[in-house]
This record gives sequence, C-alpha cells and structure tokens, in this order.
Amino acid sequence: MTTRKNTGNRIALLQGTLDLLILKTLLLGPCHGQGVASAIQRRSEEVFFVDHGSLYLALQRLEDKEWITAEWGLSENNRRARFYSLMPKGRAQLIEKTSEWQRLTRAMELILGNGTIQNPEEA
Amino acid sequence: MAKRKRSAEDFAEEIQSHLELETDALKRQGLSEDAALQKAKSEFGSVSVARERFYLRGRAEWLENLVRDARFAVRQLLKNPGFTATAVLVMALGIGASVAIFAFVDAALIKPLPYESPSRLVNLFESNLTGPRFHLSYLDYLDWKRMNSVFSSMSVYVQNDFMLSTPQGTRQVDGVRVSDGFFRTLGVRPLLGRDFHDGEDLTSASSTVLLTYAEWQNRYGARPDIVGQPVTLNGTAATIIGVLPRDFHFAPAAPGGFFLTIAPGDNCGKQRGCHNFLGVARLKDGVAVAAADAEMKTIAEQLEKKYPDTNRNRGANVISLTDMIVGDVRPILMVLLSGAGLLLLIASVNVASLLLVRTENRKREIALRGALGATPARLMRQFVTEGLVLTTCGSLLGFGGAFTAMQALPRLIPADRIASMPYLQGMGLNARVVGFALIVSAIAGMLFSLAPLLRISFANLRQGLTEGGRNAAGTLWRRFGSNLVVIELATAMVLLVGAGLLGKSFYRLMHVNMGLQPQNLAMMRISGSASRYSTDTAKVNFEHRILGKLQGLPGVTSVALSSDLPVGDGDGLKTIAFAEKPNLGDHNEVNDRQVSTGYFATLQAQMLRGRGFAESDDSSSPRVTIINQTLAKRYFPNESPLGQHIGSDVSKYPLEIVGVVDDIREGPLETATLPAMYMPSNQEPDSAFFVIVRTSQVPQSFLPQMDAAIHQVDPGIATYNAMTMDDHIHDSQSAYFHRSSAWLVGSFAGMALLLGVVGLYGVIAYSVSQRTREIGIRMALGAHRDSIHRMVLREAGRLAIVGIAIGLVFSVGAGSLMRGLLFGVRSWDASVLCAVVGVLAAAALLASYLPARRAASVNPMDALRAE
Repeated sequence: MTTRKNTGNRIALLQGTLDLLILKTLLLGPCHGQGVASAIQRRSEEVFFVDHGSLYLALQRLEDKEWITAEWGLSENNRRARFYSLMPKGRAQLIEKTSEWQRLTRAMELILGNGTIQNPEEA
Repeated sequence: MAKRKRSAEDFAEEIQSHLELETDALKRQGLSEDAALQKAKSEFGSVSVARERFYLRGRAEWLENLVRDARFAVRQLLKNPGFTATAVLVMALGIGASVAIFAFVDAALIKPLPYESPSRLVNLFESNLTGPRFHLSYLDYLDWKRMNSVFSSMSVYVQNDFMLSTPQGTRQVDGVRVSDGFFRTLGVRPLLGRDFHDGEDLTSASSTVLLTYAEWQNRYGARPDIVGQPVTLNGTAATIIGVLPRDFHFAPAAPGGFFLTIAPGDNCGKQRGCHNFLGVARLKDGVAVAAADAEMKTIAEQLEKKYPDTNRNRGANVISLTDMIVGDVRPILMVLLSGAGLLLLIASVNVASLLLVRTENRKREIALRGALGATPARLMRQFVTEGLVLTTCGSLLGFGGAFTAMQALPRLIPADRIASMPYLQGMGLNARVVGFALIVSAIAGMLFSLAPLLRISFANLRQGLTEGGRNAAGTLWRRFGSNLVVIELATAMVLLVGAGLLGKSFYRLMHVNMGLQPQNLAMMRISGSASRYSTDTAKVNFEHRILGKLQGLPGVTSVALSSDLPVGDGDGLKTIAFAEKPNLGDHNEVNDRQVSTGYFATLQAQMLRGRGFAESDDSSSPRVTIINQTLAKRYFPNESPLGQHIGSDVSKYPLEIVGVVDDIREGPLETATLPAMYMPSNQEPDSAFFVIVRTSQVPQSFLPQMDAAIHQVDPGIATYNAMTMDDHIHDSQSAYFHRSSAWLVGSFAGMALLLGVVGLYGVIAYSVSQRTREIGIRMALGAHRDSIHRMVLREAGRLAIVGIAIGLVFSVGAGSLMRGLLFGVRSWDASVLCAVVGVLAAAALLASYLPARRAASVNPMDALRAE
C-alpha cells in the first residue's frame, strides 16, 4: 500500500490512513518516531512500509492539531528521542475513524468476498 | 496549553535521533555499524527534503494543497474531454457575448461624455410644424442667450465640410463651425495652444482653426510645432491655434476634424428666417432640463409675437445632450445586453446541469475518498477547485472572444456610420469592462463550485457507496431542466428562423437585378472650383479633360461620369410632363441623371430600344433624353416612346426621347425602381460629378492612381468618397441594415442553438444517470438494448418535439412581426422553416445519442449490484 515512491496523487488518501495508523500505535503508550514506524511495519506484517519523511511530517501535523503531544526523553538504549503520546482529541478521532474503517472494510468484504473471481484463462 | 512554535533545529535533531535509533535497531538484527547507518539513511530518504517540507509546512501547505487540487482537477477534467470542452465552450460563449456587449454599453452609456459635468449640458433646437428638432437662426440664438435665466452659458455649432488645400491637391475635410464660447460651454480645454477668444467669431471668422487630436495625429504626423502653422480652407488662409484633447468628441457634429468659428457676418446671420445652427448650453446649478425647456418655450413665444413673419410656429426644444447623443442607441443596446444576460444565465444553468450529471456519476468516488479519510472540507475544496478551474478556462476563452469581438465588431460597421458614433472609439478593456468580466466570472465560478455540493451530502458520504441516490431533489431538477430545455429549444428555433429569413432576405437583396455589372468599377466624386468652371463651355471642357485623362490610364476599359450613383438614396427627383400627353395629372416624379456618353456602356446596362448618347449630342444639337424601362412602361404602355417629347416645363426645352434603357437600380436595393430619365452631360454640364471607371485591375487598388490622375488635370479639384461599386453596394444603407441584422440575429441564434443542444444533452444524461438502476432492472427482465436506446431517444425526442412545436408557433408569429425587415421572402418561408426544423432535429438527435448509447451499454449486473 505505501511505498516511498508513492508521494504523488494519492497522498491525500494516504494521509488519512497514516494518521489513523499513528494514532493506533500511540494508543499502546508513548513512542518515538522510529518506534512508530517499526511498529506499523511489524504489525502490518511488513505490508505497509512507512516513508519516514512523511511520517515525521504527519506526526508534526497531528501535534499541530493537538491530537498528540511530544516531549524529548531517553530511549530504552539511552538515546535522546522525541516521544509522542495520545491526547484526548486524538483518542476521539481514533475511535471515530476506526469504526468508519471497519464499516468500510466490512462493506468491501461483503462485495468482494462473496465468491472467488475466476481468471479468464482458467474459465 | 500555550502553543510554542517548534524550531527547525528541533526537527533536525529529531531526524538525527531517528537515524541513531534506526541504526541501533538494524545493528541488533546483525548488521555492521557502517551498513546499519547506510541502510537507516537510505530508508529515511532525503533528510534535506524532509527538513525543507517541515520548514515550508506552515506557509505552503494550503498552497501545496491548492496546486495539488488544481492538478487533480485538471486531470479529472481532461479525463472527460467531451464534458470539459462543452462546459468551457458554453461558458466562454456566455461570458464572451455578455462582456463584448457590455463593452459597447459601457462606451455608449456608462462612460461619461468627455465634457465637464456632462449631465448639466443640454442641446437646443427650434421646433416647427414639421417636427421638434430644427435649427436655430443666428438672431434667435442671440435673443435666447440674452433673455434666458437658466443657462450659465450657451453656444451654437453646425457641421461643415471644408476644402483643404494640400500639396497633393484639394481635399474635402470634415469640420464644424462653432460660436466663440463653444468649448468653454462644454468645459473642454485644448491640449495644445489656445481656445477661441470671446468675440473671435465676430472679428476674425474663419482665420483660426482648432484641430481634433486624430486630425493632428493622422494628417500632421503629431508634429509638435503644429500651433501657428498656416492652413488654407475653402481658399482662405487660416492659422492653427490649438489641438483638442485626445478623448474629445462631439457626436452631434461628428466626425469633426477642423473646428472654425461661425461667420455670423454673412447674409444668413442677418436674417431671422435663415436657420442653420444647433445650440448647446450648460444649465445653471439647480435648474432641471424640464424647467429650462419651459423657460425657452416661453422665450420662443415672446419672439414669435415680436417677429410674426419669421418666427410663426417656431418653438424651442431643450433636451439633455447625453440623450441627444446616445438616445438612439440606448434601447438597442439595452435589448442586446438583456439578450446577452439571458444567454449567460442559460449557459450557466446548462453548465451547472452538466456538473450535476458529473457529480452524480462520481458519487461513489466521493464516498470512497471520504471513507479513506478525506475530510468533508477537503472534498469540498476539491469540488470548488474543479469549478474554479473550469470557470477560469471558460472565462479566459470568453475574454479572448470578447476582446476579438470588440476589435472586429466596429469594423463591421461602415466608416461613415461609425463616424457618427465617436464614443465607440473609446471602447476597449477599461477598468469597468474588466470589472464586469471579473464579477460575471466570479458569480459563474461560485455557481459552478457550489452546484455539485448541493447534490452531495457530506454527512452521509458512506451512503453513496451503497445507495442508488435517487431523491426528490433529483426529480425536481429533472423537471426544471426539461422545461428549461423546451424553452431553450423554442428560443433557438425562433432565432434560427429569424436569422434564416434575414439571411435569405440579404441574399435576395444582393442578387436583385441592378441592371448593371458592379464588378471592376472604381468611382469617386470630384468637385472643380465653381468660379474656375463657371460657363457651360468650361464645364464641358473640364469633363472632357477628366474623361480623356482617365481613359488614357493603363487597364481602363471605359470611363463615364454621372450626377448621381446607382444604388443611392433614390433622391434627385424632378417633376415631368409630356408634350404629347397634356392630361397626366399631378405627381409625375422621376429620377433625373446627367450622364456622359459612355455611361451605359461603362455600367454594362442594356439598351432596349433606340440609341445611346453620342458626342454629337451637345449644346448645338437638339436636346435629347434616354428613359428607363419603368418610365416607358408607365407612360407609354402601348406605344413607342421614341420620338416623344418630355420636359419639366413643356414650353421650354422639351427633350426628345431617343432611347430606352433597361432599369438601373437608382434607389435603395429593396425599393422598386422609379421611372428615370438620363440627359447627356454635354447638354447639362456641371463642375461636380461622379467619375466611374471600369478597369481590368483590382478596382480598389486603382483608386489612388485615379485620384493622382485627376489632380494632374487640375490640383484644385477636390476628390472624395473614393470607393468601388461593390463596396458602394455592400455599404449601402439597405445592404448594411440587412447584413447587420442577419449577422446579429444569426449569432444569437447560433449561441441559442448550442445552448439548447447542451441543455438537452445535460438533462438526458442526468436522467440516464438517475435511471441506471431502472435500466438495469429492465434489461435484467429481458429488455433489449435497442429498446433502451429507443426509450432514451424517445425522452429526448419528446422534449425536442415540444420545443420545436412551440418554437414553430412563435417563429411564425415573429416572422410576421418582422415582415417589414424582409425582402423577397415571405414571413412563412417553407424552405427556411424546414431547414431550421431539420437543423434542430439533427442537433437534438446528436445531443441525445450519447446518453442513449450510454444507457444501452449499461451492464444490468453492474447496475443492479452497484446501485
């Protein structure tokens, strides 16, 4: 879904997705940017690859909207890192967007899921 | 929580920390220090780009979004070139037409006249039993000026042509004679030099000249030392004392050129019964036009009592100068502007309806994008951007069209007619026109941005994914749209029929039998000095020298002269009587023309009987005449006219009829030829006449040679109105009138047709998009594609037929209303009506074919499942 080449026309579409993924990751507790990126990659079973430049801008955007907040701290291996944590506004957004997504995916599943699509060559 | 703006350094530090963390993580996976750092950096991408984007994020985000939206909008629009081209074209037409016409309205009605407080200026006439707008006599002017208490100043003017001596020979120039205070009354100060002094019209009449700016530019090459230059007008030496401002014009005496003072010392100035001036005056503060009119009427009554011999029934008439100048064009322009406004409105509604169709088709795209996280605001912005991109394209094209039209339209008007409307010369892209264009575009932009939003409920975006999207608003729109289309088609029909009738009239007019071959004829009017050629012998001699000189020019096949030109105003009448028919009764008026020997041969008119003129028909031989066919038929229906005698006074110089010529159209093209008689110019010579040359060259390019040759005979000859016969016919009042009305109605008809077709397309396409599900069901139940096709065509056909039927009724009505404008065509012209019905039907078929094909190609499974 996300590759680093994909910065062109679908960014508006990706923006929303990435925001949602960030919020979801931060729900588990404060985390720095690198941690968020690796968590998304890991938890999507490496399907999503997060463009790091876009990630930090997205974090900044969410911070500007006061959905998340940030402060400098020390990582587990004693590196200085900027830690992000979820704000109440962000939590509300996460709930709303998640239910929206679930309805969407359910609808998509209903349409796409009933019956397998045959390859014309096999038919 | 106080929001602190984060610094770029802080952001850079975060990226650095990310790279370190990433390196640590990679090292844990077993990579070496260097390899891990390398991979971390490469996976991050460009650090500098990320930093730049952070830096720009605040200020550039909206711009970036706008650019992205605009690019997306352009791509969306390009994906559907048919829709885009139609919408842009329709909008360009609407905006272009209204802006171009507004420019005319602005130049004529809105832009103030180039005088000081023009609304305080009035024009003064004397009225008599014939009408309200007649000239004042000089003595009446002096009395009006002395007795009135309503004007702060009053002046008189009269249009006057002058003979200007130039190194190339004498030229006729346009001019005006004015009283001393004329420019002070108008509040105009010369750009260069000085105004006329008080009393200059009494002391030094005709010796001082003010030039218009155009005259200074064109005739004198804008030479800076123009003031003080000598000039010879009508053989009298004068001095140029000044140049008028660039924007100055005075339509009542247009085109102007040379302004001289009046010469009240002449005979006319001493007689109260000799009327040759018009007055212009400035109202005192607080005095209304009506009050001034009342007072001037009272003064006129007093003068009438005092001078009953000269002033019987002569009243006064005061009207505002602005009304006098633009009063005639105001109603025409207002009708045109309303027409253009209506056109723009219909165009906008059409584009809006096209946009709705598109929105309908994109409902699911919108829902999907919403579900993927696009906020309503973001989606709205996308639609607004698309509307704006569309409007911008349409407006730019429209402005281009309007600008071209503004340049081209005045050129369609013959020069002498445009000269009487000098205010049009200031027409162009001024602030008001640009402002109007921007406002119109802004409204259109708003309409087109908001129209799609009306049909999308952003709160229920997701419903778009599953729901068919039919509702009351859609049905309402269809009904409204259908009625609109019927009106549009009916309007287009009426206008097309009007244009067709006028076009056919024009064709008939230009192909009317004129009795002559107009091609390759070059003509001009020449005027020799009356004192130099005073005797008949001198005049005949003068005519022969001119004819001989022109005959000798290369490429000339024949030469003639005539007192009047064919296809003129039909004037030049005299009453006749016949020696052999004493009891004819009154009103025997015929056109009389003095022509040279070669006249009929040069025009290639047909001699029907008798002989043409010969050089031997001169003052020493009996007086002869040639009559036209109409005269022969009217007065000699059953006998030969040859040898009969005709005269204005039977006892004196009865003329013997020696020949009959086929009718030459002397008057306007559309009026029947009057009886006419031609006399040899050798027997009735004149020093001023038209010369007509048939040449094997292009006649237009022959004119300068002709002019030079005539001045070689005598440099003192004035030459004017040089033109070809084709142009003369083409620019004649009736041809101009028919041509311009055909063009005007034709262009409106073309636009109305286009709008009607687009409107029909929009409504049918919208209807198909709303009925996709229904069509799917029909097909699933076994309806054939052809029957779906027919169903849609039937819907379109019904609208087209209703529109055409209503249009037909109104067309016949409109046709009989404009009967007076038609020539050689009945208002119920079957060929025009059939052609128009055919054009409309074909256009309607074209407009409905696309949506019908789309409907027939609906896949029933898709339609049922998706909706």
